[in-house]
Amino acid sequence: MFTLFFVDLGRKVLSLMHFVGGLTNLAVQTVYLTFKPPYKTERIIEQAKKAGYDSFPIVSLVALFIGFIFALQTAYFMQRIGSELYIASMVALSIVRELGPVITALIVAGRVGASNTAELGSMQVTEQIDALETLAANPVKYLVVPRFVALGAMLPVLTLYANIIGILGSYFICTIKLGITSSMYMHVTFSSLLYKDLFTGLFKSWIFGMLIALISCYEGFNVEGGAAGVGRATTRSVVFTFIMIIAADCFFTALFYFIFP
Amino acid sequence: MIEIHNLHKKFNNSPVLKGLSLNIDRGQTCVIIGRSGCGKSVLLKHIVGLLRPEQGKVMVDGKEVAALDELELDALRSKISMVFQGGALFDSMNVTENVGFSLIEHTRIGRQELLERVEEALGLVGLGGIGSLMPSELSGGMKKRVALARAICIRPEIILYDEPTTGIDPIAADSINGLIRSLHDKLKVTSIVVTHDMKSAYHIADKIAMMYKGRIIMEGAPREFRESKDPVVHQFIHGIAKGPITEAVDNFK
Ligand SMILES: Nc1ncnc2c1ncn2[C@@H]1O[C@H](COP(=O)(O)OP(=O)(O)OP(=O)(O)O)[C@@H](O)[C@H]1O
Ligand SMILES: [Mg+2]
Repeated sequence: MFTLFFVDLGRKVLSLMHFVGGLTNLAVQTVYLTFKPPYKTERIIEQAKKAGYDSFPIVSLVALFIGFIFALQTAYFMQRIGSELYIASMVALSIVRELGPVITALIVAGRVGASNTAELGSMQVTEQIDALETLAANPVKYLVVPRFVALGAMLPVLTLYANIIGILGSYFICTIKLGITSSMYMHVTFSSLLYKDLFTGLFKSWIFGMLIALISCYEGFNVEGGAAGVGRATTRSVVFTFIMIIAADCFFTALFYFIFP
Repeated sequence: MIEIHNLHKKFNNSPVLKGLSLNIDRGQTCVIIGRSGCGKSVLLKHIVGLLRPEQGKVMVDGKEVAALDELELDALRSKISMVFQGGALFDSMNVTENVGFSLIEHTRIGRQELLERVEEALGLVGLGGIGSLMPSELSGGMKKRVALARAICIRPEIILYDEPTTGIDPIAADSINGLIRSLHDKLKVTSIVVTHDMKSAYHIADKIAMMYKGRIIMEGAPREFRESKDPVVHQFIHGIAKGPITEAVDNFK
């Protein structure tokens, strides 16, 4: 019983190291091939449309609701201590620094990451990836690089958009329900936000975008065992991406807290 | 042209190739036969460098495949094509984009010329005018033939066919055999054909090689195979259920 526990633990640790090693390897290759010509701009644009443009509706919806909820939640406390005025700055800072980047990344991981894994995974089980190789097209260059570049570029754009919509949601609640004037709300929002708040948020979302692309493609390439394998890989891909996004967020938030106090 | 020397390969500790050696000369058509699951597809994948041997080597044009760097491998792959057993068509692209994939990716060919080359390749497999269909709209046999068209479209020097006529009606199968023969006669293409169809094997082969238990147990001209007294070869090519190949299983029962 006890020994089995350690055997199991050992296996888990090994498989985690295998995953991290494989992912690093893919990351290095991807970055190298990103800068190596020829550049396939059409494929990047195609992926940017799939990953970015097509995510706008769901991001709008979620960001708007987050704005509503967050304003109400903050109001509940601020009213107790009689400082409703600060709702705006509280909401703006939380959304721009944390909620916007993380929520957007999680939505995109679920929507785009899962579809990447499923697509590459079924290409793997039907030997299409082998076929790419025999046709002298590097699968990493052909499949991963466009997704990597597109997600890295589009996630900050989506995040910026989610920030605006989220703050707008909170603005509606505050001006319509809580009697704060529109000019007051705007003034407090903009005076509390610093450039570094915006940039650290967008920097994190750039990292998240690259993580989503790499993990989802890695899992897709490593599918084994037919349709069931594609299903398992898709689940793993989403779970790992969520964990990595939260872990990276924690790391960078701490880092920025100490280097840009 | 293709020399395979003492090739070993295991998957999950179960050996598939156990010291396989085979030579194929330039311009020769070699048919490989053997039971399902004996490692024929695995052998082909070693020749294009998709799998790496654990021991032994594969030489193409005097160069060891597993030791090539990326550029040399790309150069090799521009003159060798493979028809996968399942077709392996890219299902996000239509037939024209599939067949012309290499031309689109690696050359600056114009649209008009591309369409002509693709149509020519499709014509050779008897599927003219289907360029705008998607792979999901094709029947199994049509997919196979489109995959064949994709392989010949780059005008390779070496073609590896993994069961090109399986799942295809007899008439189309005969025309594919005819195509393999004419590529051999007119363009001096070197071919390796994996097949289970003995009739087409006799028809197209310069030489037949039989795989059994991870090795080549016999190679020779079609006539030698027909007349072979070897019990294993005899059982296989005549498709007899009882014999030395199946004995182990019978004893087990
Ligand atoms: N990627 C792989 N991982 C694990 N095992 C594999 C892999 N590829 C092949 N094998 C094993 O190698 C053996 C040979 O497979 P292969 O596909 O070469 O057979 P084959 O001779 O082509 O059979 P068929 O005539 O049915 O196509 C099989 O037992 C298979 O289980
Ligand atoms: Mg096979």
